[in-house]
Amino acid sequence: MAKASRAAEAAGQAAALARGSEPGPAAPVWQYAPAPESRDVVSVEPEYGLFVAGAFRPAADGRTFATVNPATEEPLAQVAAAGPADVDAAVAAARSAYEQVWGPMPGSERAKYLYRVARQLQERSREFAVLESLDNGKPIKESRDVDIPLAAAHFFYYAGWADKLEYAGFGPGPRPLGVAGQVIPWNFPLLMAAWKLAPALAAGNTCVLKPAETTPLTALLLAEVCQQAGLPPGVVNVVTGAGDTGAALVSHPGVNKVAFTGSTEVGKEIAAAVAGTGKKLTLELGGKAANIVFDDAPIEQAVEGIVNGIFFNQGHVCCAGSRLLVQESVADTVVERLRQRLTTLRLGDPLDKNTDIGAINSSQQLARISELTQAGEAEGAERWSPPCQLPDRGYWFPPTVFTGVSQSHRIAREEIFGPVLSVLTFRTPDEAVTKANNTPYGLSAGIWTDKGSRILWLAQKLRAGVVWANTYNRFDPASPFGGYKESGYGREGGRHGLAAYLDV
Amino acid sequence: MRKTYKLYIGGAFPRSESGRSYPVHASDGTLLAYAAQGSRKDARDAVVAARKAFGSWSGATAYNRGQILYRVAEMLEGRAAQFAAEVSATEGTADAEAEVAAAIDRWVWYAGWSDKVAQVAGAANPVAGPYFNFSVPEPAGVVAIIAPAESSLLGLVSVIAPVIVTGNTAVVVASERQPLPAVSLAEVLATSDLPAGVVNVLTGRPAELAPVLAGHMDVNAIDLTGIDPAGRQALEQLAAGNIKRVFYRNEPWATMPGPQRLLSFLEIKTVWHPAGT
Amino acid sequence: MTVGIETVQRASPAPWALQPGDLATSDAALRQLLHGLPGIDEVGAAQRAAGLATRSIKKDAKLQALDMAVAMVDLTTLEGADTPGKVRAMCAKARQPDPSDPAVRPVAAVCVYPDLVSVARQAVAGTGIAVASVATAFPSGRASLAVKLADVREAVSAGADEVDMVIDRGAFLAGQYGQVYAEIQAVREACGPAHLKVILETGELATLDNVARASWLAMLAGADFIKTSTGKVTPAATPSTALVMLAAVRDFEQTTRRRVGVKVAGGIRTAKDAIRYLVLVNEVAGPAWLTPQYFRIGASTLLNDLLMQRSKQLTGQYAGADYFTLD
Repeated sequence: MAKASRAAEAAGQAAALARGSEPGPAAPVWQYAPAPESRDVVSVEPEYGLFVAGAFRPAADGRTFATVNPATEEPLAQVAAAGPADVDAAVAAARSAYEQVWGPMPGSERAKYLYRVARQLQERSREFAVLESLDNGKPIKESRDVDIPLAAAHFFYYAGWADKLEYAGFGPGPRPLGVAGQVIPWNFPLLMAAWKLAPALAAGNTCVLKPAETTPLTALLLAEVCQQAGLPPGVVNVVTGAGDTGAALVSHPGVNKVAFTGSTEVGKEIAAAVAGTGKKLTLELGGKAANIVFDDAPIEQAVEGIVNGIFFNQGHVCCAGSRLLVQESVADTVVERLRQRLTTLRLGDPLDKNTDIGAINSSQQLARISELTQAGEAEGAERWSPPCQLPDRGYWFPPTVFTGVSQSHRIAREEIFGPVLSVLTFRTPDEAVTKANNTPYGLSAGIWTDKGSRILWLAQKLRAGVVWANTYNRFDPASPFGGYKESGYGREGGRHGLAAYLDV
Repeated sequence: MRKTYKLYIGGAFPRSESGRSYPVHASDGTLLAYAAQGSRKDARDAVVAARKAFGSWSGATAYNRGQILYRVAEMLEGRAAQFAAEVSATEGTADAEAEVAAAIDRWVWYAGWSDKVAQVAGAANPVAGPYFNFSVPEPAGVVAIIAPAESSLLGLVSVIAPVIVTGNTAVVVASERQPLPAVSLAEVLATSDLPAGVVNVLTGRPAELAPVLAGHMDVNAIDLTGIDPAGRQALEQLAAGNIKRVFYRNEPWATMPGPQRLLSFLEIKTVWHPAGT
Repeated sequence: MTVGIETVQRASPAPWALQPGDLATSDAALRQLLHGLPGIDEVGAAQRAAGLATRSIKKDAKLQALDMAVAMVDLTTLEGADTPGKVRAMCAKARQPDPSDPAVRPVAAVCVYPDLVSVARQAVAGTGIAVASVATAFPSGRASLAVKLADVREAVSAGADEVDMVIDRGAFLAGQYGQVYAEIQAVREACGPAHLKVILETGELATLDNVARASWLAMLAGADFIKTSTGKVTPAATPSTALVMLAAVRDFEQTTRRRVGVKVAGGIRTAKDAIRYLVLVNEVAGPAWLTPQYFRIGASTLLNDLLMQRSKQLTGQYAGADYFTLD
């Protein structure tokens, strides 16, 4: 991976020098040496079983699937593939734990388990961070500084609600729903597990969690933490597998509540599948957020916000700022600054602490990104990437910017879920709002302007569940997150996040 | 000659574009009147009207919406006797006056929530960083409501008022067998300050109209309270087509409700802003 | 050694670029220009600086950074109690930072008060180390222009290669941009062949917007370097202020084709801090600034920490304070 860093560095130098400077002594090239986080802090087992009724065990039919390191294509482990019988057993274990142990347990006792899990996540944070980067492909800097700390914080936050539900604004004695079936995506594997488990458990439900097929490992390590925290058997169950496992879980009659984070397409299938069953459902789906930059934006920070918005986590973010809506009068300046800034992005080994852009999670996702990017070129948008050498093995895509994009282009409408930014322009605040809202999605939006009244006006007008003003991609367990329209319904985080798991 | 009551769409009273109507009978079987039998195109038009009204209704101040709803309650009070007669004939209720009084009280209760929901459903969230972070509830948009089959006035106002007081606009499918109080309510709304299109009332067959609304891509939420549980699945499947928010709750209408209906048609929007020099 | 002074070249102006000659007398014109610069979001700037602080600089990259940092040090003594003896001792250290390792390059400059410039001049003669002098009623800047210019002329005639002036923060905060501009121009002229560093005293400017505005004002008035602090006020240099100034010099160069240097001073005591600033230079301004010609660190105790870390990199063993000279 050092090769990629060096090439990118050299390209960055060339770009910097080409920016135009007068003759003078040539500046020395300073390359950052590889700074890998040690893989040895975590032990990756050759095989992983399901976690049902407090114990790890193989699938009933013995089937397994491989999980792979997307940066190298190296197989990491064989993981049990849960079949219908396993889902059955997990739901039964969850039901039994709900009725006999967890449901009757006072909130203050439930809280203690959650605090213990939170504390363990903090203490074993390095293991979790390395494992996450290995399995997912995201830079260690992100798993270490964002994913793992936020996951622990979610457990801490909801632990504190467990014995205060009567003050949460849902009435004097809100009851849990029962067994929650929860299906999570591959982009923030541990964090999504925390977002699902923490509020459900705090509210008194028991859980059956289905991690994504390409990223099962940190969920299983979390299961180990639950086991070691003494969490009663069956309160949390993890059934690893592919789409069929998720479908079996979602349609299982023993599940009272379904929570899904993933694509809008699958979200619609799930909503159709639970139709008429009486199961409560919350969905957190896709997005095509507008990141709106006005002519009076703090430009330097806006550029950072644009970069963060679309290249954080390789753009594998439902709330990514994938459409840059820049006021036409400053469009050239902003795009030029953006290009310069992108030359300092470092793409390569996810375990290198200096890596900014990691691997794409799977070959399927890479194919999707490539297809849409080609469509963008075919539609007539101009494509640009900073000079960037991709490693030979693994799934990689360079940060990419399309300019000359309009609303009718596929790359302005469809969620690419990769490090690809579409740049559109607008003239007036009204036009910005119209374009921003002109999408079936409605998850998030960004506003960059120095004018307070404009921020509040836009925040009111934007049909999005999360509005970031002069910042982007900020998350907190106390802050409700979720979408309007086809980005889903229900909120995760904050007091509002409890509503999904209570019978209210 | 028995009167044929029309639909209420966009502040006007058109006939069904299908030209159809159907007989409405009293609880004792006597023919009371005819009601328009709304069609899918009427439903389409109603959604258009509701969408058109949404911008300014949701943009009005909460105070303003509350004032309008209070005024509607006063008008209902003025017509209490008429409503009592209608309810009595329609439902055969012994104490129609009590039901009408309860319906008016219910409407007033919801009107008072207008400028309070945000304080109950909103929050300033204490995030771990130098940011001001707040959550506010916003109306979801156009809400389709299948009114209860029984409880022609009390049930009706109990499903409409909580939807519109927060800024949503509504397309209501009245009870098939007991539509007349809905039509009378529409007449009151038409002469009130409630802007055209905020409430639209379709009479006809829910079995015909509900699927149209459930599958309509420009309807944001649907209240299936008036649908028999056996019929929900098909409608929920249709609703999945645009991730419509689906709600239903059957409750004894005479009991004071909690805030669930109010809160169920809201979207929570969370805003972050850095706090720095 | 004199560091080359770049001539101002006129390039096609960006929207906010006025020709320096236009600004001399007009507070209003300067205000329009400076207040028209894009705002700075303080939280966002701090976030970017914090993100860059996570860069892990190890092994040969670290050694290279330490060597660069040593060569960028302006070894400084600015105490009331300074004596010729003290200055000579410091200059000896400047020439030979690590007596046990002659491979260690000398520092870029020594920095003293004007009345000790001649002592420093003699002590570093023939080494290529520049003599920088503070001037203009350092550190407060509270004196008449005539007094400040006399201060500069004395330093220059005593042999200073570089002059570190302070801006009039009172005038700046009162919005008298024309006065601040005119003073810098006058000092620039009085410097003659010496190169001019303009100290903004960012701690007193308080907001990052002011730091950006003062940076542009100084550069338009002819600064060769913009410098964060006198070191006599807290806070002095911070990653956020350095970030803002590095972005300013980058943008100034794109607008005018003239490259201005940045000096961070005050409170930079450890090699770790110094390397973090080098990362900021590298990724915010660009590699062209990674040379003593365009980046300096004003410090005194930092030098020994750089040497100790360097020794650890080379030998693999942690060093001890006794093995490094205190001068």
